[in-house]
Amino acid sequence: MAKFKGAIVVNTERCKGCDLCVVACPTETLALSNDANSKGYNFSFMEKEENCTGCAACAHVCPDACITVYRIKI
Amino acid sequence: MSSIQDIVDPANLVYEKTTVMNDTPMHYCPGCSHGVVHKILGEIIQEMGIQEKTIGVAPVGCAVFAYKYLDIDWQQAAHGRAPAVATAIKRLLPDRYVFTYQGDGDLAAIGTAETIHACSRGENIAIIYINNGIYGMTGGQMAPTTLPGMKSTTSPNGRDQQLEGHALDMSKLLVQLDGVCYVTRQSVHTVGAVRKTKKAIRKALENSMLNKGTSIVEVVSTCNSGWRMSPADSNTWMEENMFPVYGLGDLKDI
Amino acid sequence: MTKHSEEITLMKGNEAVAHAAVRCGCDGYFGYPITPQSEILETLMEIEPWKTTGMVVLQAESEVASINMVYGGAGCGKKVMTTSSSPGVSLMQEGVSYMAGAELPGVIVNVMRGGPGLGTIQPSQADYFQAVKGGGHGDYRMPVLAPASVQEMADFTVLAFDLAFKYLTPTMILADGIIGQMMEKVILPPFRPRRTEDEIREQCPWATLGKTPERDPNYISSLELRSEEMEKINLRLQARYREIEKHEVRYEEIQCDDAEYIFVAFGTMARVCQKAVELARAEGIKAGLLRPVTLFPYPTQRVSVLAQTVKGFLSVEMSAGQMVEDVRLAVSGTVPVEFYGRMGGIVPSPSEVLNALKTKFL
Repeated sequence: MAKFKGAIVVNTERCKGCDLCVVACPTETLALSNDANSKGYNFSFMEKEENCTGCAACAHVCPDACITVYRIKI
Repeated sequence: MSSIQDIVDPANLVYEKTTVMNDTPMHYCPGCSHGVVHKILGEIIQEMGIQEKTIGVAPVGCAVFAYKYLDIDWQQAAHGRAPAVATAIKRLLPDRYVFTYQGDGDLAAIGTAETIHACSRGENIAIIYINNGIYGMTGGQMAPTTLPGMKSTTSPNGRDQQLEGHALDMSKLLVQLDGVCYVTRQSVHTVGAVRKTKKAIRKALENSMLNKGTSIVEVVSTCNSGWRMSPADSNTWMEENMFPVYGLGDLKDI
Repeated sequence: MTKHSEEITLMKGNEAVAHAAVRCGCDGYFGYPITPQSEILETLMEIEPWKTTGMVVLQAESEVASINMVYGGAGCGKKVMTTSSSPGVSLMQEGVSYMAGAELPGVIVNVMRGGPGLGTIQPSQADYFQAVKGGGHGDYRMPVLAPASVQEMADFTVLAFDLAFKYLTPTMILADGIIGQMMEKVILPPFRPRRTEDEIREQCPWATLGKTPERDPNYISSLELRSEEMEKINLRLQARYREIEKHEVRYEEIQCDDAEYIFVAFGTMARVCQKAVELARAEGIKAGLLRPVTLFPYPTQRVSVLAQTVKGFLSVEMSAGQMVEDVRLAVSGTVPVEFYGRMGGIVPSPSEVLNALKTKFL
């Protein structure tokens, strides 16, 4: 079975820290940062980047289209 | 072991924001379902290559500013009148994809007549109906769709059916109209649900070119601000409380 | 050029509106039946213009829907219209205000009947305030044309569209039950082709015809939450209304040159007053008639000039006295302005009007 490794890039200024991507992530990669963007939102980031498979679940549920997803086969 | 820098490369891109959606920050509250549906719409329009041929009709309500976010031509209708506005657009421009985007306050309360008659005439439009059981824009008042017992600012002790009537299931009502070809109820709270909603909206837009009649995609949605919950808790609450009343799935598909 | 267009036909005012609409290249009609104007929709359904010019005709579920269909069609740069009578036009006020706010052209015909409420189906002119002062919410005005004949019902249908598109504003034809129902000879306007989409794109670059790669998205809206910006929009609208006032005043004068007393009347009442002028002259009373053709913009300037030479004005209306306020504003107290009117669908006779003149002034 092919395995994937992924990575996401969060548009941190656009992110509102709603947490829905964190909940949707099946590999517990994501968390909300302790840092805040200029609007005061704690944006999402890859806390455990080694877990990411690039499944894009986070991006699909993101209401603000902040997440870009990349993936490679390993 | 590949580093993040290696993976983040255009060649490995699997998902990015649709180009139909622009970079204007959306005014919606964090976690609002509207954003997801907007994004889906943009993706469908991009995938179908119909940006030049699509005209949206925005409602009064939270989605009143939809035109700021999706780079297509829009008209913003008076409260509830979107189906009438869309009727004229589609009749005058029959080769365009015309859709309305309406909330439950707009579609199920003040615009009930316009909705029912557009559907009864079988207008070849797609109606995207965001049902979160509440008036979001004005601060969480009771809507016709508010669940029995559900609290809102105008039913602070919970909706009393004796006093305030019952939750109005518009999709169930519209199914009965001969002008309607497709009624489906979806949601956007999970990846699977998002995919299904995307398929449904695409189908509704495609139907609008087949002279089959009106298509309605109800998206059972959250209003975490109005509901006074976190976005994640809202999704759970929706599954537990909204879905038993507004069950997901196709109600009509001909 | 075509002989056909010069043909004199006999028809109702309502029918003339329908025929004129098709001939002037109207793209869409959206309406709801109400007496005394249902013949407009009926005529359109009878002549089936969608088979000839491609014009869309749709019977809507309500006047509310009708005017919002007009909004939608106008937003696409199309020539669209609706017609109704007083109670129905009241229902349309929301849409008219939205059209004014969104700067959309469109034609609304009000074949007035007596009110308030459901009132009567007999003719009236009691919607003057509603039409002229802005019947919906917010600071807006719209051109209002007052036809006094079947011919003008046809001609003003064409003119109303021209004004609507020139100034990007809803435009009203304010007729009454008599003008709508009576039959007269009429020469219908020549056929003008409906505009192509390319022509619309060129003439109405704001129209929502679909976003092309060369331009930004178009959106039609009357919403602007930032006060400074909303005030700017209002100032732009007000400037446009001043332009309309400057360029579009229309009126007709009958025997005003040597008149000592002038009837001011529009529509059906102007016809009655024209006869009253004849009766007055036969008795040696130097009467004249000023007939405002545009109710907005009002012939204020002309009234004030006439006020310098006459002994008084009598505003005659099928209402409790609405237009008389504009006559008084124009006259500004220099000479007496009196009013005579009937309500409830009653049309004063010429002798009744002449008696009123005598009673008030002689």
